[in-house]
Amino acid sequence: MATTVSCLELPKGGFSFDNCARNARLEERGLTRPKFRKTGTTIVGLVFEDGVILGADTRATEDTIVADKNCSKIHYIAPNIYCCGAGTAADTEKTTEMISSNLQLHRYRTGRPNRVATANRMLKQYLYRYQGYVSAALVLGGVDCNGPHLYSIHPHGSTDKLPYVTMGSGSLAAMATFEAGYKANMKKADAMQLVRDAVAAGIFNDLGSGSNVDLCIIGKDMKVEYLRPFDVANKKGVRQGNYSYKPGTTAVLSKSIKQIKYDIVSESVQEDMDTS
Amino acid sequence: MSIMSYNGGAAIAMKGKNCVAIASDLRFGIQAQTVGMDFEKVFPMSDRLYLGLTGLATDVQTVVQKLAFQLKLYELRENRPISPKTFLSVVSNVLYEKRFGPYFIEPVIAGLDPKTSEPFIASCDLIGCPMEPEDFVVTGTCAVQMYGMCEALWQPDMEPDQLFECVSQALLNSVDRDAGSGWGAVVHIVEADKVTTRRLKARMD
Amino acid sequence: MAMADIYQNNYMSMAPTERRFEPYAFNGGNILAVAGEDFAIVASDTRLSQGFMIHSRDHPKAVQLSSSTVLAQSGFEGDITTLKKHVKIRIDMYEHNHGKKASTSAIASMISKMLYYKRFFPYYVYNIVAGLDDVGKGCVFSYDPVGSYEREQYRAAGAANELLQPLLDNQIGHKNMEGDFLPLSKEKALQLCIDCFISAAERDITTGDCVFLHVIDKDGIATKEFPLRRD
Repeated sequence: MATTVSCLELPKGGFSFDNCARNARLEERGLTRPKFRKTGTTIVGLVFEDGVILGADTRATEDTIVADKNCSKIHYIAPNIYCCGAGTAADTEKTTEMISSNLQLHRYRTGRPNRVATANRMLKQYLYRYQGYVSAALVLGGVDCNGPHLYSIHPHGSTDKLPYVTMGSGSLAAMATFEAGYKANMKKADAMQLVRDAVAAGIFNDLGSGSNVDLCIIGKDMKVEYLRPFDVANKKGVRQGNYSYKPGTTAVLSKSIKQIKYDIVSESVQEDMDTS
Repeated sequence: MSIMSYNGGAAIAMKGKNCVAIASDLRFGIQAQTVGMDFEKVFPMSDRLYLGLTGLATDVQTVVQKLAFQLKLYELRENRPISPKTFLSVVSNVLYEKRFGPYFIEPVIAGLDPKTSEPFIASCDLIGCPMEPEDFVVTGTCAVQMYGMCEALWQPDMEPDQLFECVSQALLNSVDRDAGSGWGAVVHIVEADKVTTRRLKARMD
Repeated sequence: MAMADIYQNNYMSMAPTERRFEPYAFNGGNILAVAGEDFAIVASDTRLSQGFMIHSRDHPKAVQLSSSTVLAQSGFEGDITTLKKHVKIRIDMYEHNHGKKASTSAIASMISKMLYYKRFFPYYVYNIVAGLDDVGKGCVFSYDPVGSYEREQYRAAGAANELLQPLLDNQIGHKNMEGDFLPLSKEKALQLCIDCFISAAERDITTGDCVFLHVIDKDGIATKEFPLRRD
């Protein structure tokens, strides 16, 4: 085993713990570990008459600052399965990405659409393996040969199968809306409105959630409608002043120009028409 | 003190009309002591692709070398320049591999697509969560200040000269309100046929 | 708190839990003041929050103290209420004792002393006093929580002060810009105040709902409201 870690080394796959000892030493010296980007989130899911609807807000935060005003929290898992993610943004992104790849391989192997239960088990076993340190809280929804399914998956790997679920920092606001308005076998339009209202409750009443409402509707025919944005709940205010600068406002010490050779892909010359 | 602000520094990238801008300050410090004033944090990765890295200086240099190596392998293997979007995936995966023992850096990427010349900007957090907004990305010890400046100054479809003034003013005024960054700045404006690099006059305190 | 924090709290660990007296909270929000030649503007948002919770969407952080002085405050709402009450009482006493209106600079000086009096158990409040001075010029006084104060032309304080101060440096102080500049007009100052809050509401989660403006000039104090995003 190589003890000198070359930076010119190709990754072997999986997590690398090379920096851990150094980072621990830095922390011993009183330097604090930085915070990761979180999706202080409202994510919801609901089973209706004709399938599953997933909903999410679009704000990503770093502490009290908004890092991304329009991030996508409904991740693709398989053609018939999607998944909302809350928690550490990188974890939700990469976990769903990896499970999605593995399910694609699973489809190649079996030659038929994945079942939602398969995705659920792969996710929970992966999260359980990391004992909650991969902090992804997920809402998994999809339709397979057994009909629509909706799961909520917690970072430690426990899962629930329910007709309507919410997760993230806005989960209480959203669940309050669901508890007031949910009925079994809802019509699609009513269900979409209820999901929108649940996410909007999170957006307006939870500071960690904000911006727009995204929806993803997976029908019983496995047809997917990904509506992004479904509702622009918040728009940026219109600026009152004009903030463009006159050229030469910034003092420049030196300037250099590097010309770039163009790869000409195609060239066409139009000649003047003969007008004589 | 956070490890991220041990050496200080700031970087910013912005989208314009058929062009992108990427800029950084020049300070290299050790906590409150300034050690160098020529530490550029923006690195050319290929003709029309630039990478800005702020955070712990040792990791900045390590990660740049690692990425340059990955990039060369890609170009040899594929015999074509990398698209900025693909490069973002590379950066993201390199960082997420170290999820439980991260590099203390936050990258910004700016470039034009080698085929379509489409402007592209993106950033990651230190464990590689990618983000591709349509206006601007900022990173470093005065990221908050730059958010405030950019939200007021940025407008869609800026021409290269306009974009230069916008990104320069956003950066200069932000670093002046942050003790960890400043001491000069460098700005690259990337267009399809040329890259213009300017050094700015700035407060040296 | 993001979902993940709840799970990563070591509520299952065996270590004893330490209970401490935590006298302070932070209730978010943002305040801003700009002084012109013969006017001053105070802007504050109307959101009162704690953690990820909104307590009120209609709670202006600025209060009129006299016909030419406005006090804006941000920080811990409990301390804000108390300090504001005491300041108002002391101004009334001043007027009864001296038979004249307290000037902006006199009020500013008094607040500094009231803050320093609590040096070892401070009010967790960021104050900005703005108004017209003895000769009718616009003035802004800004403070730290223990009473250090200074007269300035412009100042932002509160949750998003870092976002706004560089913009004010640039647009009012004309920092890092070459060329000649016109003196600050009231219209430009008003526009800038609103735009500052539009920017802050975009990026700071504790700023939003509405921006409340006090415009102070020789004719008195006018108020204006401007809606902000509510998420």
